Amino acid sequence: MDILYKILIDPFLQMGQAPDLLVQTLWEGLVSGVLYSLIALGFVLIFKASGVFNFAQGIMVVFAALTLVGLYELGVPAFVALGLTIVVMFGLAVAVERLMLRPLVNQPDIILFMATFGLTYFLIGFGELVFGGNPKKMIASELYLPSGAYDIKMFGGFVSLQKIDIAAAVIVSLMVISLAVFFQKTRIGRALRAVADSHKAALSVGISLEQIWVVVWFAAGIVALVTGIMWGARSEVSFSLQIIALKALPVLILGGFTSIPGAIIGGLIIGIGEKVGEFYWGPLLGSGIESWLAYVIALIFLLFRPQGLFGEKIIERI
Amino acid sequence: MFYREAGQFKTTYQADQAVFPILQDRVGLALILIGAFVLIPLVASDFFLSVVMIPLLILALASIGLNILTGYTGLLSLGTGGFMGVGAFACYKLTTLFPGVNIVIWILVSGFFSTALGILFGLPSLRIKGFYLTVATLAAQFFLDWSFIRIQWLTNYNTSGAIEVPTRTLFSFPVTGPNATPQFRYLVILAVVTLLTWFASNLVHGRIGRMWMAVRDMDLAAELIGIPLYRTKLLAFAISSYYCGVAGALMVFFWYGSAEPGVFNIDQSFTILFMVIIGGLGSLTGSFFGAALIYGLPIMMKAVLHGLGINILPATVEHLTFMTVGALIVLVLIVEPLGLARLWQITKQKLRVWPFPY
Amino acid sequence: MRAPGGPEVAVGGVLLAVENVSLAFGGVKAVNDVSFDIRKGEIRAIIGPNGAGKTSMLNIINGFYQPQQGRITFKGEARSKMRPHDAAKGGIARTFQNVALFRGMTSLDNIMAGRTLRMNKNLFWQLLRFGPAMTEEVEHRHRVEEIIDFLKIQEIRRTPVGRLPYGLQKRVELGRALAMEPELLLLDEPMAGMNLEEKEDMSRFILDVNDHYGTTIVLIEHDMGVVMDLSDRVVVLDHGVKIADGTPDEVKGNQSVIDAYLGVAH
Repeated sequence: MDILYKILIDPFLQMGQAPDLLVQTLWEGLVSGVLYSLIALGFVLIFKASGVFNFAQGIMVVFAALTLVGLYELGVPAFVALGLTIVVMFGLAVAVERLMLRPLVNQPDIILFMATFGLTYFLIGFGELVFGGNPKKMIASELYLPSGAYDIKMFGGFVSLQKIDIAAAVIVSLMVISLAVFFQKTRIGRALRAVADSHKAALSVGISLEQIWVVVWFAAGIVALVTGIMWGARSEVSFSLQIIALKALPVLILGGFTSIPGAIIGGLIIGIGEKVGEFYWGPLLGSGIESWLAYVIALIFLLFRPQGLFGEKIIERI
Repeated sequence: MFYREAGQFKTTYQADQAVFPILQDRVGLALILIGAFVLIPLVASDFFLSVVMIPLLILALASIGLNILTGYTGLLSLGTGGFMGVGAFACYKLTTLFPGVNIVIWILVSGFFSTALGILFGLPSLRIKGFYLTVATLAAQFFLDWSFIRIQWLTNYNTSGAIEVPTRTLFSFPVTGPNATPQFRYLVILAVVTLLTWFASNLVHGRIGRMWMAVRDMDLAAELIGIPLYRTKLLAFAISSYYCGVAGALMVFFWYGSAEPGVFNIDQSFTILFMVIIGGLGSLTGSFFGAALIYGLPIMMKAVLHGLGINILPATVEHLTFMTVGALIVLVLIVEPLGLARLWQITKQKLRVWPFPY
Repeated sequence: MRAPGGPEVAVGGVLLAVENVSLAFGGVKAVNDVSFDIRKGEIRAIIGPNGAGKTSMLNIINGFYQPQQGRITFKGEARSKMRPHDAAKGGIARTFQNVALFRGMTSLDNIMAGRTLRMNKNLFWQLLRFGPAMTEEVEHRHRVEEIIDFLKIQEIRRTPVGRLPYGLQKRVELGRALAMEPELLLLDEPMAGMNLEEKEDMSRFILDVNDHYGTTIVLIEHDMGVVMDLSDRVVVLDHGVKIADGTPDEVKGNQSVIDAYLGVAH
């Protein structure tokens, strides 16, 4: 009975007794959720346009951040380094399209998926070779990102909101809006949506798949760069980030592989769910449950709604 | 010239349904087995046995396990490391709780613990497939990896969080622990791996193997010819996890001698997966090739660079290995999705018609 | 069961009856209140323009889709919910419009896979591949070789089916269905994309299967010549609705069938 009390009642009592801590936990969850959403967004972009499930999105985040910091450490001014990193991400998109996607066109999805494992390992090795394996500090203040925190009095306590987190939320919203506009209003955006619907039909009306793929991978690279900057500013830039980035996978299961709003809401659910779970239920299990809670949430979710929150139900035809 | 099937007429379907229908293959296999069981233990140095042969066999066994799931049944798993760990920790608990029972028996029994967890985490395969299932196996990986670190009962409350392998004997020779000689360790591993490889080969060539491949190639059609999808997938999970579990137990008891927390992390899963991809999806022979290539690559790279007189940091070798493996994966998938095993078949085909290909 | 020399009404009782079956995807009614029966030993054709619901009908019969209304009686038993592998156990085999072979396996293994339901030696013997398991394997290999001889595909036994030309793939697929020794064989456009010679071969195989094994056959086909020659009775669907049912000659003269094919405004 004691254990039931600890699982079912005690955590809620704690929430009620210290609402400021609850708000703080929710906020922390929200912020890491925003970052999960960002990574998931990169996955969704590529999946929609090329049907490739890009396992390397996580390492692209690390790679972009490392390039930025690495260039700055070489003495390149911050904003020039930012520009150069964008160029590097474009180069990466072109290389991936030429060397990986084009030769693998028409292969089963699972083969392409495995190819992105290869890409992941290549980028890890390459990144460590060029920039070294040590964690680096993100050049947040040089990029005029705010630091410090607002302490807000609430429920007889303090809730501390990091300015960088607020900036992250704002930047992410702006990016999602601009992506939405790009998809809906531009010629390339229209082509992208056509490709997402049907590769063959898009080809037959003269859309160049190669060009679309480069654009999409480049866009995913930019998303990765933004994610890398934000995440790096909160902690540091290191390869351990890519394990955290894998949490975008359960986010996608919640949100559906093809839905941008799904990626965002899924990210928030996972982010908040795992912070709250860790804070209130983690001690019961010896803490550290953050490492798998997201996956288990996704797994349970899968059993009840396999197509995700916003995914379309697929009718199998034969 | 010598590798020829001409003149070997099969008079019964039994002979034609054999795993190795060609005489030269059977002779070759016999020679390899004699070499492995007799020649190598006699002539090979301790270093060669413990640095080359033992790791190779264990990794190949794990690859066979994953190949059954991913190569034959088409279910991509990233939980291999976790299932290997279950085998290792189960074996540790069993042999410390019941020290009287022979260690080889516990090694083989510990696989069943992996089987149980494999089935448990395979249950979602009823409703999901493809990437979704891969994420489910990631859940297994992270959950199990966490359990190994957090559940101290598994390590008998050792303060370092690691497990130390106790000395166990077979026919009064120590085969595990610090006093075991590489020769005895090697022979035990070889016996286990040979037996399990033989079982696997029998399975994939018979009814069950055909059911797995049917599910892999076209699950709907498989269902329409009467193959129960769910049971077939779960069987693949069960058997695959058994192999991984045994490989994990062997790895800790006969190779590492101890296990730090985090040995069975996601990198382990990837390493085994890469062996399967490079060796060849759906090929048991390929599992051995793949294990040899991925395990041997950094060793060879170091040797070659040293040979060229280039002095290089160990860390750099590791980075170069990552890059090479990554590039190789993409290359293999582009050029020959069936991996090294397919190249081996092509070579045999060329040999068969050599020297007059037309 | 056609006597040589001319059409003859099929003999035998009703093997499978479709009664008032409907199926809709979203708002689209793929099959709408269709009833017909299939008698033992006959060759029954289902024809109709594209999108008439023919393939959906086959999918309902072998349990791939569940009808939303109506019922299906197979061998005298009305079945409620049935999964495809239950249908397979009950003796219903099937080929597909777009070949659905196991591309990574050889022709032999594909056809052997069709014997799965009839093999039952357990995991223990499978691990040993010895004794009973081997006896079973050889016994079924004999049956499979008969089918291979019958379909004249001896020389592609060991070829992975992914590398075979289309016509041969269709033949292997027929072989796999035959290996199940079905009572009812559903063929979805077995001659699509074939040239005249291949069509003649395939027609002969279908008639022989019907003759030799007494297998009841349901056939979807667009080539009217083939349909008229092979089938005992024809059911015509259009937009998911049955518009005619009868012998080939009756159907040929039916005004609504002619309208459906020539496209009279509804």
